[in-house]
Amino acid sequence: MLSTQSLNTTPNFANPDDFYASLIDMHLDLTPAQSEMANARLILLLANHIGDMQVLRSAMTAARAEL
Amino acid sequence: MTAPTDHAAAGEPDYQSLKFDYVRAADFALPEPARHPVVIVGAGPVGLSMAIDLARQGLPVVLLDDDDCLSTGSRALCFAKRTLEIFDRLGCGDEVAEKGVSWNVGKVFFKDKPVYQFDLLPESGHQRPAFVNIQQYYVEGYLLACARQYPRLDIRWKNKVIGVTNTSDHVCIHIETPDGLTCLQADYLITADGTRSPVRGMLGLESKGRVFRDRFLIADVKMKAVFPTERWFWFDPPFHPNQSVLLHREPGDVWRIDFQLGWDADPVLEKSPERVIPRIRALLGEGVEFTLEWVSVYTFACMRMDSFRHGRVLFAGDAAHGVSPFGARGANSGVQDADNLGWKLAMVVKGEAPDALLDSYCVEREYAADENILNSTRATDFITPKSEVSRLFRDAVLSLAKDYAFARHLVNSGRLSVPATYIDSPLNTPDLDVFAGLMRPGAPVADAPVAVHTKPDWFLPQVGQQFCLLLFGDANDVTPETLAGLRAMTEASLALKTVYVVPAGVSVQHAGVDIVEDSEGLLAQRFDARAGTAYLLRPDQHVAARWRHFNHHAVRAAMLRATAR
Repeated sequence: MLSTQSLNTTPNFANPDDFYASLIDMHLDLTPAQSEMANARLILLLANHIGDMQVLRSAMTAARAEL
Repeated sequence: MTAPTDHAAAGEPDYQSLKFDYVRAADFALPEPARHPVVIVGAGPVGLSMAIDLARQGLPVVLLDDDDCLSTGSRALCFAKRTLEIFDRLGCGDEVAEKGVSWNVGKVFFKDKPVYQFDLLPESGHQRPAFVNIQQYYVEGYLLACARQYPRLDIRWKNKVIGVTNTSDHVCIHIETPDGLTCLQADYLITADGTRSPVRGMLGLESKGRVFRDRFLIADVKMKAVFPTERWFWFDPPFHPNQSVLLHREPGDVWRIDFQLGWDADPVLEKSPERVIPRIRALLGEGVEFTLEWVSVYTFACMRMDSFRHGRVLFAGDAAHGVSPFGARGANSGVQDADNLGWKLAMVVKGEAPDALLDSYCVEREYAADENILNSTRATDFITPKSEVSRLFRDAVLSLAKDYAFARHLVNSGRLSVPATYIDSPLNTPDLDVFAGLMRPGAPVADAPVAVHTKPDWFLPQVGQQFCLLLFGDANDVTPETLAGLRAMTEASLALKTVYVVPAGVSVQHAGVDIVEDSEGLLAQRFDARAGTAYLLRPDQHVAARWRHFNHHAVRAAMLRATAR
């Protein structure tokens, strides 16, 4: 298990299935290239919302850990 | 905005066609080589600044250049506020600022839409603008005019250094001239001979770093066009798809346009008018008359030498460090190198400070170079993304920038040159008192409007050239103890100019103390000063130490520390 410092990895969604469906729905009718762009924009919007570099770095580390 | 003037109208020489005569030196080919305290190689902006700063302090200087003319084309172009302030100190700030086109506003376009605009100097109360655009040859011409005022500054054109021997006692410099070979000895050799630095090569040294696999076309274009005096940067514009373009105004109805070409572009072919003219026509549209003044294709690297000092040889400017051109950090950082080294070398040569003071040049300017390289590398990665995912995020940022303020802060078309604060310099005296604001030890001093003998003036010209003690408060605070303390310092050969900053309207005189009125209260604000606050400023206008209360023992200790004694 990776140290995630102050990154919250405990369950935090009121309704996890709603979130997941929304995420997939965001990509409806998009070409793969458009989906990539939507994902990139989503990451940037969320990253700015979080703002905290320590949290963001922990998330980046966790994201590429298994790759 | 400054109105650009034509050199013919202003009665100026045509700097591009000036040739300087080779003169056989008085010490040519002596059986025993002449010994000079300082020899500088390279009469560009950095070498000339260095030479003037030393000559101004009374040192004899020999400045060698392998050529006999000023630089060709606009080259450096963007001269930053801090560089103008240094030129003020050296004596040609007004010439450069008046000739240059001043600008503070930059605009960024993505495809055909504006996405972001910035103002580099949102705050008033500074003498100099954020930047002026001016062709490098004008700057060199004005510096040269300053240099010629010093009879002991010996500029030797057509003197090409062909060999350097660095010994513990001196540097031996072998020179090729139109009269044949000659040799000089120097206590110190300052190398400011540019990116490819032949002297660096002769000493077997390298500047290492990252080469960017991209090519750019620069064109100086003369035209009567209707662009505002702003920096315009396009990502992926319709007239030059998939690449970036930068547009800048120069004095004299000349515009500088940089086109990104990609790595596969043929550098020779791309310089030909048949290739250049259609690119410019695509930007300007049909029907705009223009002529080409200068065209060049360049590549660049972000790199630096491991150490800017090798024994008695010191490196400055592009010879020591290289950056991509997107932050205007090349010539600006080079002139700041000279600014940093000038007072230190003068003190060492005069025997007022130990040789170890020169090591602080390396600590401070290597730190500044790293900061410049970091900023310019990041800008280059944004402008010329080198992977698909890097390009994806770049375009995502640009697409968000139009609607969302946060994304505009991520747009990086070059973080433009600001001077480094030497945070961890060994010359700084760490704060013991509590201060807010930017004027921490190591910081370049902020300007502000002041009055001297009731006449409006600027703060920066009142300090610099030597160590300055800045005392804030009511001049009634100039107690006999304060004056006695200051006298004791002078007697201990810690020469110090004292500047007393008083509130607006307070008019007092004290023998041996310069009085400056803080006419708008901005000086006290920018220095977070209260009555009694004292600052010790270095000759290069950086903060050495600060206190809430003056104490001459503390000032003395800070002076010794700031001069490596």
